[in-house]
Amino acid sequence: MRYIPHTEHDIQAMLAVLGADSVEDLIRHLPEALRQNAGLDLAPGLAEPEIIQRLTAFAEQQTGYSPERSFLGAGAYPHLVPVVVDQMVQRAEFATAYTPYQPEVSQGTLQVIFEFQSLVASLLGLEVANASMYDGASASAEAVLMAKRILPKRSRILVARSLQPQYRQVIQTYLDGFPGLSLVELGWDETGRLDQEALAQHLDERVCGVAVGYPNVFGVIEDIAAISRSAQDAGALTLSVTPESVALGILKSPGELGADIAVAEGQSLGIPLSYGGPGLGLFACRSRYVRNMPGRLVGETVDQEGRSGFVLTLATREQHIRRERATSNICTNHGLCALAATVFLCLLGKQGLRELALRNVKSSHYLAEVLQQAAGVQPRFPSPFFNECVLTVPRARRVWARLKEQGVIAGIVLEDWYADLRDCLLVCATELHTREAIERFGQQLRQAVV
Amino acid sequence: MKTPTRTPGPGKRTMLNEPLISARGSVGRVGYALPRDDIPERGQARDLPVELCREALDDFPEVSEGEVVRHFTRLSQWNMSAATTLYPLGSCTMKYNPVVNEYMARLPGLAQLHPLTPDDQAQGALMLLAELERCLAEISGMDAISLQPAAGAQGELTGMKLIRAYHQDRGTARKKVLIPASAHGTNPASAALCGYDVVQVATGSDGMLSADAVATCTDTEVAALMVTNPNTLGLFEREILQITDMLHQHGALVYMDGANLNALMGVAKPGHMGADVIQFNLHKTFSTPHGGGGPGAGPVGVKNILAPYLPIPRIAHKNDTYTWSDTAPKSIGRVRSFYGNFGILVRAYAYILAMGGDGLTHATRMAILNANYLRKRLESVYTLATHEPCMHECVFSDRSFQQTGIKTLDIAKRLLDYGFYAPTIYFPLVVSGALMIEPTETETKETLDEFADALLAIAQEITDQPDLLKQAPFTTPVSRLDETRAARRPVLRWSRSSDS
Ligand SMILES: Cc1ncc(COP(=O)(O)O)c(C=O)c1O
Repeated sequence: MRYIPHTEHDIQAMLAVLGADSVEDLIRHLPEALRQNAGLDLAPGLAEPEIIQRLTAFAEQQTGYSPERSFLGAGAYPHLVPVVVDQMVQRAEFATAYTPYQPEVSQGTLQVIFEFQSLVASLLGLEVANASMYDGASASAEAVLMAKRILPKRSRILVARSLQPQYRQVIQTYLDGFPGLSLVELGWDETGRLDQEALAQHLDERVCGVAVGYPNVFGVIEDIAAISRSAQDAGALTLSVTPESVALGILKSPGELGADIAVAEGQSLGIPLSYGGPGLGLFACRSRYVRNMPGRLVGETVDQEGRSGFVLTLATREQHIRRERATSNICTNHGLCALAATVFLCLLGKQGLRELALRNVKSSHYLAEVLQQAAGVQPRFPSPFFNECVLTVPRARRVWARLKEQGVIAGIVLEDWYADLRDCLLVCATELHTREAIERFGQQLRQAVV
Repeated sequence: MKTPTRTPGPGKRTMLNEPLISARGSVGRVGYALPRDDIPERGQARDLPVELCREALDDFPEVSEGEVVRHFTRLSQWNMSAATTLYPLGSCTMKYNPVVNEYMARLPGLAQLHPLTPDDQAQGALMLLAELERCLAEISGMDAISLQPAAGAQGELTGMKLIRAYHQDRGTARKKVLIPASAHGTNPASAALCGYDVVQVATGSDGMLSADAVATCTDTEVAALMVTNPNTLGLFEREILQITDMLHQHGALVYMDGANLNALMGVAKPGHMGADVIQFNLHKTFSTPHGGGGPGAGPVGVKNILAPYLPIPRIAHKNDTYTWSDTAPKSIGRVRSFYGNFGILVRAYAYILAMGGDGLTHATRMAILNANYLRKRLESVYTLATHEPCMHECVFSDRSFQQTGIKTLDIAKRLLDYGFYAPTIYFPLVVSGALMIEPTETETKETLDEFADALLAIAQEITDQPDLLKQAPFTTPVSRLDETRAARRPVLRWSRSSDS
């Protein structure tokens, strides 16, 4: 076996040192009933060309993943990934290390995380960011639990129904069984933003936080400033959740709009779609809440000679020290994805992220305009959006199916996620969608709606 | 100009300084190009009102592509990793990560697949996942698998939620979860996150969990026992069958932490030991790279009694077609976006394909052989935490050197000078000054010998030159770092350009 180096000679030499006759001797203390039935009914091992052949066969069964013919966003976004990002991620010194427990020989990983924390804090407009969470959805759930830790006497979390359904479902799963915290959902108004009246009605001294998408699931840009003012008046925290982090290249940061905790899905920052995982949870908050934060943190310090260096810090929040009283159970996080995002953000830099975000605004608005040339197609909400939007399309489900037959994925049929949003498609365009692809889609839609 | 950080001398090499990326670059420099923009001009303000737009991201770097490559390549060189050296981090199974798996995860049909692609256009991905589920079920002896959880700890959380849902379904809201003192920190943290009271069960002086100790804590309020087998001392729990039997008799369930599955493949199946649910750490046993702290994957395997509660979505298979199904009325719900850490799952599947059933069994046996060999080579000089036979890892205490004033930490640091990453230290908590060594099966006898020789040489240094150990390491890019200062005055990001 090419991954296992032992020759028969090695094995015999080692057994001789152990004074054992066979490897079997080393496990003879296990109950015999267990050993007898432990055989593995799996196919024999394969050589490299066979593995490549097998997986290529799986890979080639997929169709429709090209952005040329797919207008899917809805929580996962096709974006350019400079090959440099992947090249750095593949450096074995990064990829095959683990949590930097020995900082003297992990400065590479530690400095990357420190840079990641700096970039994320700046992107989200808050003082402190952690070393990553699993994804945007679990980061949202952790943000909700953190709000509860900060305001332990309060028992409710208000969540916008226009927050990605998957995120709301994950929050719900984390809250089930979590003592003293229940979730209340708030609807949207005719603009597609959080219904401020409903918010005012529900905001009281029982509420620890308000969680809202920015942009929300409709691509609509919520008024975080207004929401955070109301929340603050009620003594509650504002939690901003960004499923598409490229948006933050142009939108005001959640922090400057008054969010106390901001999380995001960082997949758009140099991480392949990869059928939805691994993604990257970004997590930031105001510095006064840092001791309530989940996850790892890297801090700067000095060595014996006074040279600057980095270490894991404020670990007394974490499970390996606090056990059942830890702020979270997270241990392994998404470090290599954080590296990808760091490299990506460095390459794009100050100008590039903004330019990328603006290009997404342009492509998607052009898409919306072109699609509206089809009979009966119009925007569902009259609000600014980022790179995806909801269009009312007569008989949307049929139209979607017809387009699919022609090899176009016309976003998602929103009714699948919101039963009350009939005849709506949620479509997305990014910098990877060419004018030609958008116009072709427009033409096909025009034919499909009749 | 940079001043060299080391005096020249034999065996020393240039260690390149590398500032924060924020200290590199120049105004207006870029490291990217967007695809050509052929969309008709629209005027930004028409689409996005300026009052929604932020100021420039002033802290962001302005660097060229070449500078980015140099920066991160240099940083990478300051890391030790499993590729560069033995990384005997106990409980983490730092085995060789096959390179071909990296290529497989990057096949365009897999890497560029949007998660909301209609199921009929994603049959290959679904089939791959279904196959992986089948393999994991076979290896573990469990009945059903969910590939959703993102890491071991999220698998634990999922598993404990399943247990909670099971009891609730039977109208009994049991409150307590038993956890041995030797357990990993994520176990109590995950149980607490599900609203359970954690009851710690003492680990015996032999490092084992005894049926008697469990019995004294077991009553009708106990929802489950969370047990790691082999446990964190590397020992196969001798009384596991009696223990799980007893819990079942009390109507409680058994959660098995599967982080140590590398010791069991083809040797014993958790499903036969009375486990009702386990998590797999694919980044350990199934060779996916640890990534400097993830991403991993933590699928769960369950017995049929827990299958109705598994998280959504589930893979359904009918008439040769695979689909995602959300219809599971008893499900605990969703634990993450989409379908698990697919890219990691692909790597794990490629690993299983490469190994086959015999290869996995061989891996486990060689992992056990390697751990026993190291243990044997070290046991006369370092004090074993227990004399019970070990499986895939061995644990020493600080007994042999405690009197000298040398700490486990000093030994770990000195090992770095010998060119090895350090074992896990101070865990499990039940062993004084623990030194937890897991070599894995992918290390050669020669490497094990070098490592053992290094630890033996260090033991000699404890007597001969104790000060050397207290100041080690000497050969690393930085020396020991001031952790107290880091925690007292936390500096968690670079200073904003506006601050300076
Ligand atoms: C015994 C044990 N259980 C659980 C975990 C948690 O797994 P993860 O880090 O993937 O969340 C680990 C490792 O970190 C472990 O060693």
